Amino acid sequence: MTETQGTQTTPSRRALIGWGGAGLALGAAAAGGAVAMARAGNDMDPAAAETGGAVEFHGAHQAGIATPVQDRLHFAAFDVKTEDRDEFVQMLKDWTEAARRMTAGKAVGEGAYGGLAEAPPDDTGEALGLKPSRLTLTIGFGPSLFDKFGLADQRPEALVDLPKFPGDNLDRFRTGGDLCVQACSDDPQVAVHAIRNLARIGFGKVAIRWSQLGFGKTSSTTPDAQTPRNLMGFKDGTRNIAGTETDRLKKFVWVGGEDGPDWMTGGSYLVARRIRMHIETWDRTPLQEQEDIFGRDKGEGAPVGKAKEHDEPFLKAMKPDAHVRLAHPDSNNGITILRRGYSFTDGTDGMGRLDAGLFFLAYQRDVRKGFIPLQRNLAAHDALNEYIQHVGSAVFAIPPGVRDSDDWWGRTLFSKEA
Amino acid sequence: MRAVRLTVTAAATAAALTALSACTAKSDAKDGDAIQVTAADSTCKTSSTSVPAGQVTLKIENKGSKATEVEILFPDDRIVSEKENIGPGTRYTLTAEVKAGSYEIACRPGMKGHGVRQKLTVTGGGSTAKRDPQLDTAVAQYRTYAQDQADETLPKAEAFVKAVKDGDLDAAKKAYGLSRLGWERTEPVAESFGDIDPKVDVREDGLDAGQKWTGWHRLEKALWHDKKIGAEEKALADQLLKDLKDWQGRVGKAEITPTSMANGAKELLDEVATGKVTGEEDRYAHTDLVDFKGNVEGAQKAYELLRPVAAKNDPALTKELDKQFAALDTLLDKYRSDKATYDFVSYDKVTEDQRKELSDAVNALAEPLSKLAAAVVK
Repeated sequence: MTETQGTQTTPSRRALIGWGGAGLALGAAAAGGAVAMARAGNDMDPAAAETGGAVEFHGAHQAGIATPVQDRLHFAAFDVKTEDRDEFVQMLKDWTEAARRMTAGKAVGEGAYGGLAEAPPDDTGEALGLKPSRLTLTIGFGPSLFDKFGLADQRPEALVDLPKFPGDNLDRFRTGGDLCVQACSDDPQVAVHAIRNLARIGFGKVAIRWSQLGFGKTSSTTPDAQTPRNLMGFKDGTRNIAGTETDRLKKFVWVGGEDGPDWMTGGSYLVARRIRMHIETWDRTPLQEQEDIFGRDKGEGAPVGKAKEHDEPFLKAMKPDAHVRLAHPDSNNGITILRRGYSFTDGTDGMGRLDAGLFFLAYQRDVRKGFIPLQRNLAAHDALNEYIQHVGSAVFAIPPGVRDSDDWWGRTLFSKEA
Repeated sequence: MRAVRLTVTAAATAAALTALSACTAKSDAKDGDAIQVTAADSTCKTSSTSVPAGQVTLKIENKGSKATEVEILFPDDRIVSEKENIGPGTRYTLTAEVKAGSYEIACRPGMKGHGVRQKLTVTGGGSTAKRDPQLDTAVAQYRTYAQDQADETLPKAEAFVKAVKDGDLDAAKKAYGLSRLGWERTEPVAESFGDIDPKVDVREDGLDAGQKWTGWHRLEKALWHDKKIGAEEKALADQLLKDLKDWQGRVGKAEITPTSMANGAKELLDEVATGKVTGEEDRYAHTDLVDFKGNVEGAQKAYELLRPVAAKNDPALTKELDKQFAALDTLLDKYRSDKATYDFVSYDKVTEDQRKELSDAVNALAEPLSKLAAAVVK
């Protein structure tokens, strides 16, 4: 843990995995505050999570943030290749239409078969016959996008470039991007299909910069569901913000009208980090040390000295560098974020080590008041740093939802000056 | 490179033909109007060399010892109608809708090769299937282009072969990339002869078990990797020239259709995307950008010939294709000092970021190019 800090060989740093701690505190504050959701439809009903059905694409906020977390992820970051604003806007409209269809379980364009024999079909076809599987598609705009199309004065102040945190070992081929699309679904094929078809529509206008597949959600926005475990075997996200907690969502996640700029009202900010875990060394760590590092027990997930997972943690009972203690809002002036991360495994690296970890996704109202101070704290002190390393990083402004069938992704940003 | 291409071309061709020919549908022609075709192993006799336009009937009898195939061909070798696998001693009636013009009837004993041919003149009048003369022109011009590329390649290949046989390593290296250019420009046509491609353009990892490695890439490895020319290399150089002459002699007879041209253009970009952008193609010589440029030029030629028809049917598509071809050309020009030469940067000097940029530009062009065939046959 701390003795490794500043060394070259066992870098790492992190923050993620366990923001279970952050969630814990939050939950306590807002318990019982469940209110009707801002989004239309009943897709917020946890019962709907079991149906494999469609999640409403339209709403005040984009789906895929406060809506129930699905099991699978395909996240893609794109670079803009065109300098033609009209062409880019047309692509956003085409993407919106494709997203509208795919989230409803329909094929893109004219479909995957039955068209001209001499031409490739509009839809790639691998999602035919599959349920909508609660597919959500969520678009975001990276800081670098605002250098293009004369958008500099529209860049939100809250959309800062992330500072370099101690221990970061960022791979530029897994970092940054002018825009992103987060595809979450209960069926990995449905999520992959969605990104693949958007990429295809985008060729010539945008190009994929990097992408990440994820499985096994590591946090939940539906507290009644069983708390998922991360690849270190610990429960994570015990008290993440629930999709029904309107007040906390408003306070910590959704950008308000007073925050500015206007086009972001109803949106949010996303931080995406690829956090590699040193799986093999972690697995050789004694149980007591593992539990000390997290600050909770491995079986039940209870905080140190407590019996049940949902018991209020007593931070001072934990080691000073315990992850939960450091990540807890009480240790961070109340900082709260909404997590939506996934485990990932991309096979093994050339040395036979599992290339695995946590693909961290956090939504917040202001990155400067959310991820950055939290990560500074964790990067400096977290005992977990010995076992993790941040290898990819990106930040995006997530615009508000697509209101209706005439609306499109990014309209509030791009139609203003049109 | 891959024999798979052949299938692709054939499928595209078959699809195009359904629109143009009536095949064996109904035959209300009387026996007296039918052309008797007597096929044998080395002859192909026809009872008539002139018929009126409209429905034409061939009464075929195979008197030979092997299965044969009988085709009615357009002057550019496109198939109007055909029947494959007519067994020895069997008969078959083939009908086709044919408009006025010059045709050939071909019998292909063993279903291979150019076949034995007879002229067939179809005289005016009668109802005919519609054909777009612009597309006929495009096919004819592309056929000429393919032949020209082969003709122009031979002297360059000869220079390469001479350098190898002289044991002149430097001269051979210099001549290598240019000797491939014409082939790369017309690769889908060259590949339609399934037997030539595996001899001249196969890479080591593409060899079948027991297949002897011959051709350009075998010599490339000798020149750049082994850095020596021995007796075996000299013999292989001779073999390469012989195989390329075979190509030159047959390329004019390749089956070419508007859709095979369009999809061939896309296939050229596929070649770039899978082999050149990755640096796999010329892994020893690193002359990938020369091949890359050749593939793009060949695709551009096919596109330009089809463009008038495509622009009528789908102007948005041709606008996009014009733009993306220009963008890729501009990008490629950054890798050579002078637009008049094919002196490109060695691909091992092209950075990862630059390769990604090239790959993005190829995708940006190949995606709309995959829609060209539909725009042509619409």
